[in-house]
Amino acid sequence: MSEMVTSSDFEEKVLKSDVPVLVDFFATWCGPCRMLGPVVEEVAAEKAGEAKVYKLDIDQSPDIAQRYGVMSVPTLILFEGGAPKRQMVGAQPKQNVLALFA
Amino acid sequence: MNENDVLDVAVIGAGPAGLTAGLYAARAGLSVAIYERISPGGQLAQTERVENYPGFAEGADGFELAWAMKEQAEHFGAIIVSEEVTAVDFSGEVKTLTTPFGQHKARSVIVATGARPRKMGLAGEERLAGRGVSYCATCDGNFFRGKSVCVLGGGNTAAADAKYLARICERVYLVHRRDTLRASAIDRERLSLLPNVEFVWNSRIADLRSEEGRLAAVEVEDVATGARRTLPVEGLFVAIGTIPNADFLEGVLPVDEGGYIVADESGATSVPGVFAAGDVRAKGLRQVVTAVSDGAIAAESAAAYVASR
Repeated sequence: MSEMVTSSDFEEKVLKSDVPVLVDFFATWCGPCRMLGPVVEEVAAEKAGEAKVYKLDIDQSPDIAQRYGVMSVPTLILFEGGAPKRQMVGAQPKQNVLALFA
Repeated sequence: MNENDVLDVAVIGAGPAGLTAGLYAARAGLSVAIYERISPGGQLAQTERVENYPGFAEGADGFELAWAMKEQAEHFGAIIVSEEVTAVDFSGEVKTLTTPFGQHKARSVIVATGARPRKMGLAGEERLAGRGVSYCATCDGNFFRGKSVCVLGGGNTAAADAKYLARICERVYLVHRRDTLRASAIDRERLSLLPNVEFVWNSRIADLRSEEGRLAAVEVEDVATGARRTLPVEGLFVAIGTIPNADFLEGVLPVDEGGYIVADESGATSVPGVFAAGDVRAKGLRQVVTAVSDGAIAAESAAAYVASR
């Protein structure tokens, strides 16, 4: 499973990364999040080396979710150079997740 | 699996119907793959609690039930492939499925792609999705803890959403275009007892108001008198039924006026070797229990078809 990121290491792992970072904002109680999980894992494996993928539990790190206006889970946000570049709301197929990196 | 291998049965969609079709086809000794656009479970995996699936007196967790169905299908040899079928060719004896990642061939096909929530078709709906407009109360309800929200619809999903949201939200407006709910009697009664649920009858949503890119209020209109009223809600949960996931089959299989695939009692469509099961099929009752029975029947029909060729 992809590594977790929380409020305490978000800056280090995501904002200061020198490669693109995909963050999966999820909740443990959300069905579509659990459905999207395996898709995100496949994308993480395919993008290994060129990008990083982290999961963020919105109940553990509500401040980060709020900072980026996340009001629906799952939400995927691709960060580049410390800023959000593209985002996707809801469980969607793998090709849509891969398209975030385009 | 090699691109040139021809499966006995290709199932499109890994919800309850597709997983059960895979289970029955595999147990019948057929080679079977289930193609799934996201991951197994379908709408069931997104349902918080299922109270009417036989065998679970206390109710079942939707995701866990779906996952158990997946494991059971795999246990008997069904293979689940995480690829979205985007086009089909059913013209020959061997059918071809196309995905963004390749092509797959099979002697028979079971379409079990299910249905998805219907959208309102209002201006601003797409822009506000995930910004106050939601199609999944159990997913997004927590973002509206202590706030006022609106539920649109009058069926079982709308009733379940209102009941769930009433536990965490300050106030829940249930807006419905008729003056009574279609939801089951038990849900109607439970809802009527909740003090923070207000019914807004004979009404439709006319306009979505936003502030700083987020939903701030909805304007409802009485369908009889035309009178308008503004509901100050930050969340709108849309539960106005479903539409079939059959867009990629347009012109290939006959559908009814709602776009659902027409199939007979054996699951057979008008195309030999192609069957339909679950919510995507034209039928009266769309439930987990009817989806799994469709899946079993379609798999038996597909097995008989493959054996007859």
